[in-house]
Amino acid sequence: MTTGVIPRSTRLNRAKRRGVSGVMVALTYLAAALATLPLLFIVIHIVKLGAGAISVDLFTKMPQPVGEAGGGMANAISGTLILIGIAAAVGVPIGIGAGLYLAEHKRTPLANTVRFLSDVLNGIPSIVMGIFAWQLLVRPVGHFSALSGGVALGAMIIPLVTRTTEEMIRIVPNSLREAALALGYQRWRTSLSVILRTAMPGIVTGALVAIARIAGETAPLLFTAFGNQFWSTSLRQPIAALPLQIFTYAISPYDEWHSLAWAGALVLIGIVLIISIAARFATRSRFGAAVD
Amino acid sequence: MDGIERIRGMSGAERETTARVSIVGSDLGDRVYSVMTTAFAVCIPLLLIAIAIEIGRAAWPALHQFGFGFLTSSEWDVPAGKYGAAPAIFGTIVSSFIALLIATPLALGVAIFLSEFAPRWLQQPVAFLVDLLAAIPSVVYGLWGIFVMIPLLREDVVPFLRDTLHLGATPFFAGPAYGPSMLAAGIILAIMALPYISAVSREVLRAVPRSQREAALALGATRWEVIRDAVIPNARSGIIGGVILGLGRALGETMAVTMVIGNRAEISSSLLAPGYTMASLIANEFSEATSDMHLSALMAVGAVLFVITIIVNAIARWLVWSVSVRNEA
Repeated sequence: MTTGVIPRSTRLNRAKRRGVSGVMVALTYLAAALATLPLLFIVIHIVKLGAGAISVDLFTKMPQPVGEAGGGMANAISGTLILIGIAAAVGVPIGIGAGLYLAEHKRTPLANTVRFLSDVLNGIPSIVMGIFAWQLLVRPVGHFSALSGGVALGAMIIPLVTRTTEEMIRIVPNSLREAALALGYQRWRTSLSVILRTAMPGIVTGALVAIARIAGETAPLLFTAFGNQFWSTSLRQPIAALPLQIFTYAISPYDEWHSLAWAGALVLIGIVLIISIAARFATRSRFGAAVD
Repeated sequence: MDGIERIRGMSGAERETTARVSIVGSDLGDRVYSVMTTAFAVCIPLLLIAIAIEIGRAAWPALHQFGFGFLTSSEWDVPAGKYGAAPAIFGTIVSSFIALLIATPLALGVAIFLSEFAPRWLQQPVAFLVDLLAAIPSVVYGLWGIFVMIPLLREDVVPFLRDTLHLGATPFFAGPAYGPSMLAAGIILAIMALPYISAVSREVLRAVPRSQREAALALGATRWEVIRDAVIPNARSGIIGGVILGLGRALGETMAVTMVIGNRAEISSSLLAPGYTMASLIANEFSEATSDMHLSALMAVGAVLFVITIIVNAIARWLVWSVSVRNEA
């Protein structure tokens, strides 16, 4: 198309359209820059304000009352790890089991219902999960407990584990299943020792991603785990948790607690990051080789 | 291995029968396995039903006593035993609306950038950074909101909006600006909803077939016209679904909002005034509720939140799903 044959007005029009296009493309660049800005902003502040308050004491000492120097968050850090453990023990087996069912019954009415409802479950606010766990496990007993907090968090990871399990099993080649069945394996053995094992690294990744997501949850713990200034010795008693501690310190009027809150935030993000990196590692190391 | 040994000793016809028997799964092991996985799958609907029943049961006394007025009354007076959820419902809707107003254009811009314009080397890092926003715990957003964002709003942003843009005359920016406010909650919710909206939009934009873009380019469309006329119309319902999904997140978000919204049960037209959301109301008062009716009222707020988020999420999923089905066919 030579410019010579195009009437002047059209050429002008084209220049205008090109101009609009250029501006819009530039705006999408701007949007990308603006969207990454808050992250950099937040991370810089957490590192700047948190790093100063990080010390060995933070990981080994108990919280101190206001006015007394030092003190740490040892009980909150261990409490968070315990809560994550309970959540994983509750949520991962149910999630994997339901995922197996979905992968093997692709389009039955029950499978469609379960698939849809697990998406719905995934969208339920964590605070609603919290009052549910309170009503179910705290109210009848009469006191807050680590167990109720762990169950609330565990229920929240079920839908994510279910869906990733289903996805991971679906990308296992069908020939593998056929081969196992042709060798005379029963269906359940094929599923568990051939299909599930092949998909396992992907499922582990999915479970870790789900756990990373609930590791920083606070709302459901407000009235289940409730927090604790001491070492937690029983799962039936209230337990300290890092996010709860950050919340308490953040809304307090004391400067030394504020700086502990920043340090706690840095540690919490560190825990989430470590779990996320572990999730990437789990897929990268074995999955590629297994599917080929 | 026993399976292989057994099959080796069989004739062709026998092998076929064995294979068929395994597939049909008449063995005890298969039956147990089938029952087990079904039981796990049924856990999910059961859990939802249990949530609905338990919360409904606990909310019943309040809903029964206050009836429909529970949703419309704006009097939340604990000592007087009066509970109206209107300020919290109002705050939830307004803060989420502000969040979507800010987050939607940004998230859509990022999604278009990533799926259409970004140079290859930029795609992964930008997508990763935006996704990371979803990994930061809510309580950390709240901490940042209290100590960094609110002072920034109070000292720089609000004076700029009022004095430079002259928005102080509108009812939205009237009154004293303490800091904790509806506006602060809306902004922090925007940051938190952004990664969800952009992730879904990115996916539905990618699902639009290449041929759509090529056809538009062949007709002489500019790069932007391709997006506007050929790509977005195809992905529209999916993008709307993504925005509604972001709305679902914003409606139920608790900690960050509780820490920056100011927690006052009043309806004000000013965005600079403190407010309340349903989630922050529950978070604030639940563990201090002493009377049965107070507790039941909070449960009723939870029930309203539960129902709203279920409806919103169901609509969002359905829209996103409709795009993937259309483009598969």
